[in-house]
Amino acid sequence: MTSVLHVDGVSRAFDGRPVLSEVSFQVAGGRMTGFVGANGAGKTTTMRIILGVLAADSGDVLWRGKPLSREVRQRFGYMPEERGLYPKMSVMEQIVYLGQLHGLSRASAAGKATKLLDRLGLGERAGEKLEKLSLGNQQRAQVAAALVHDPEMLVLDEPFSGLDPLAVDVVVDVLRERAASGVPVLFSSHQLELVERLCDDLVIIAGGTIRAAGDRARLRESYALPRFQLHTGADVSWLASWPGVTVVESDGTRAVIDLADGADDQKLLRAALDRGAVRSFGPVSPTLAEIFREVIR
Amino acid sequence: MTTLQAARVVAAREIRVKLRDKTFLFSTVFFLLIAVASTVLPALIDGGKTSVAVTDPAAVSVLRQAGFEVRQVDGDAAAEQLVRDGDVDAAVVAGPTVLAMDDSPGDLVRALSTAPPVRLLDPDAVDPFLMFVVPFAIAFVFFFTNFLFGVQIAQSVTEEKQTRIVEILVSSVPTRALLAGKVAALTLLAFGQVALIAIAAVVGARVAGLDATVLSLLEPAIGWFLVFFVLGFVMLASLWAGVGALSARQEDINGASAPVQMLVMIPFFATIFLIENDAAMRLLSYIPFSAPVAMPVRLFTSDVAAWEPVVALLILAVTALALLAVGARIYQGSLLRTNGRTSFATAWRSKPG
Repeated sequence: MTSVLHVDGVSRAFDGRPVLSEVSFQVAGGRMTGFVGANGAGKTTTMRIILGVLAADSGDVLWRGKPLSREVRQRFGYMPEERGLYPKMSVMEQIVYLGQLHGLSRASAAGKATKLLDRLGLGERAGEKLEKLSLGNQQRAQVAAALVHDPEMLVLDEPFSGLDPLAVDVVVDVLRERAASGVPVLFSSHQLELVERLCDDLVIIAGGTIRAAGDRARLRESYALPRFQLHTGADVSWLASWPGVTVVESDGTRAVIDLADGADDQKLLRAALDRGAVRSFGPVSPTLAEIFREVIR
Repeated sequence: MTTLQAARVVAAREIRVKLRDKTFLFSTVFFLLIAVASTVLPALIDGGKTSVAVTDPAAVSVLRQAGFEVRQVDGDAAAEQLVRDGDVDAAVVAGPTVLAMDDSPGDLVRALSTAPPVRLLDPDAVDPFLMFVVPFAIAFVFFFTNFLFGVQIAQSVTEEKQTRIVEILVSSVPTRALLAGKVAALTLLAFGQVALIAIAAVVGARVAGLDATVLSLLEPAIGWFLVFFVLGFVMLASLWAGVGALSARQEDINGASAPVQMLVMIPFFATIFLIENDAAMRLLSYIPFSAPVAMPVRLFTSDVAAWEPVVALLILAVTALALLAVGARIYQGSLLRTNGRTSFATAWRSKPG
């Protein structure tokens, strides 16, 4: 695993108002990197800077250690936050056109477009004008637009918004395939559960600064709270008065608790066993949503 | 891929889309009809020999020689009846008196009178009808083609902005490739249309049998017009693209393009109204915005030194280069500003990217 894209100390202000300050993170080849942050945190601005649609005030974007050139960028696949294709052009024709703009010959663009549209379930609608398609299908076409030229890097701003659940599955499969073939994939999303399910690496941005970045599993460990779940055969209301325990939620025989620093989880387990059968007892990993809330605080 | 290759891909799409566009096809056919009609119709209306009923055998041979269609009849009453029935245009009866229904047949009267000798001081002078119609046609074609295609450039730019596809385009190819591709494609189409019209006009003029002196004036004028047209179109094309980029929605284009519309319209009216004024026309034929019309018109209507169109063309070319730069800067400065209409000043100051 090598990091091929480095965002290195990028800052940008709009009309004197800083939007990104010293943003740095890396995107590794062959991995899906989730990019999360609240609205206005700077995700879209960062992605636009990576694609060269917007210039950074300072800082660099590096590709394999060198400043990212237009020639390399042309082989990127980009799905902007604000979607759009030509409404009056046929789906096939505009995907081929975009393939050509990314350097493919007309013939090879046509071949790739046909395969991709089939894969995305748009094969039969390929000859129709875009405006005749349902919104969901227009989104699929948008995905095809980003992928037609077999990009060396994918930058996708909210790729799943507007997709129906079936389409989400198809797109997820396609993206995983691309990642598995070694392509670095950077994608943003509001749907944290989806990001959690998909990403290998995670970048969290808030207020224009990177709050956390790295391997998702490791981030999870480092943000793990001393939180446990206990499921017993008997009532667990006694937990509330146990020293060092804060009950997060409880319903009869089941409880989620936080242990204070220094409180002994094994002692607690023995106490539970003394009161009856213990079905399960173990640490609870924080969800991405919880990490996110913790990190951006 | 180089910028040039990218521009070619962009241009190819524009042309494909336009060739399927009904507005484009209709306007081409419409202009062709006008071109053919304006050269062929006058000849047709004018055409046909005047037919005359004649009673005096001596007059018959004279009038035949003068090119009239002559019918010899017996008696003035019969001649008058033929005129009344509309079988002939006029009759020559005893007197001699010329009979006609409601319009004095000038050519017949001239043929019967002894005309004083005439010495033409300006034998090249052109038929007053053509004197009016040719300059007007040149101005009209330039004005409408510029307007029609200019607005289409603006619309095509705004469409990309309004549908947001522009961000994908800009992330794939340099903005100047987008601009160059569009300008090249629409220039080619506009030139194609105008060249077709020009060919139709010249062929029409030959078929209609326009006389050689007129053709010798008309053809160079049309030839120069084509050259001036291309540069004149390119000069404004990037400005049209610029105002397209300033507009966030199609509805904004009209307002945003008002200054460019003026650059097309004022020279049009100036040339039409000042056509009789030699000094003004001379000036207009060097001002780059009116030169594409005024110089070919002068070539047709008056004597122009050989160097004059060349100099005017050079001035036009330099202006075109300068305005291309202005248009490109406006285009690049406003293309990605999708929130409402961008002001000229904002676009001008905007740093790239």
